[in-house]
Amino acid sequence: MTYLLLFWEFFQTGLFAVGGGYSTLPFLQKIMERYPAWFGSLQLADIAAIAEATPGPVGVNAATFAGYSAAGMPGAILATFALVLPSFILVSLLARALEKHRQNLLVDSLFSTLRPAVTGLIAAAAWSVIQAALLKGTLAGGLIQAFEWKNVALFAVLLGLLFVPKVKKLHPVFFFLAGGIAGWLMGIFI
Amino acid sequence: MKNVLELFVSFLKIGALMFGSGYTMLPLLLREVVERRAWITEDELMDAYALSQCVPGVIAVNTAAFVGQKRGGWGGAAAAVLGVIAAPVVAILLVATVLMQFWNSPTMVSIFNGVRVAVAAVITNAVIQLVRSNVKNWLGIALCAAGFVIIALLHLSPVFVVLLAIIVGFVLWGVRR
Repeated sequence: MTYLLLFWEFFQTGLFAVGGGYSTLPFLQKIMERYPAWFGSLQLADIAAIAEATPGPVGVNAATFAGYSAAGMPGAILATFALVLPSFILVSLLARALEKHRQNLLVDSLFSTLRPAVTGLIAAAAWSVIQAALLKGTLAGGLIQAFEWKNVALFAVLLGLLFVPKVKKLHPVFFFLAGGIAGWLMGIFI
Repeated sequence: MKNVLELFVSFLKIGALMFGSGYTMLPLLLREVVERRAWITEDELMDAYALSQCVPGVIAVNTAAFVGQKRGGWGGAAAAVLGVIAAPVVAILLVATVLMQFWNSPTMVSIFNGVRVAVAAVITNAVIQLVRSNVKNWLGIALCAAGFVIIALLHLSPVFVVLLAIIVGFVLWGVRR
């Protein structure tokens, strides 16, 4: 039964997650809310971090990892397979059809509304990752108590670095490495 | 058969060398598929890439399926997709089997606390870039805000965002026609 559910959930993700990369995250978040047992103590940001730090597209990494946490090796293969199956079929059909209708106005209209909507969707996913990283309580419990201030400081420094001309060209992996080292040091000294 | 095998090997390399989002794949694709193999032109690649961002699914997988289909039909598409996911699956399984054992140790908790903050910073930066390139007019701002509200505040499924965009896209098409 777990296998069937895994296949179904990740097939849906592959079928509806438009925009690649982080657009899988909100779907993953939904799956985590629905099946907390699949993920143990893991949080969305942990999976995002592991996905970012290993080769391959984030969505595929996330599906493999979630499938493995849920049902071991077969689960990992199944979730990955389910995620890419809709792409394989849809894109193949589209690649054939689009050769004929490249300049079509409907195609252009659909693309022009999908892009900004998907951007908003990804921004929402980012927002939940930011909350998980920077908050230790709820905002209702008082603003000063709600934030983990050492994390807010680290966040500000790293985000600032991402706007420095030469530094921002660095591979994201270097930023995660820096974050990991900073976190390790903060754990020892603060 | 040789064709299919070449597609698999080329996309295996691309999958092993790309990190993070599909954006990191573009320079790798240019080098391997356009310059080295000369399977498609740079223009065709940009079309494939743009399309891959707008249809459902992971961008890298979509692009692989597109190039594979164009170059070698259904067999080619299958080979390219399997190639691009092979290395990532193995990498994640290694990480999951090794890392999971000491996941809750205090050191790991500290390290991942920091990594999580870094991920938040990198994603924030990526979103800023996305907004700059994808939100160009008032309709775009409205759709972007709607997408954010539907997920972050209303906690509805992302499916609704995609459906909303498709409906508005059809209306836009009706108006422009």
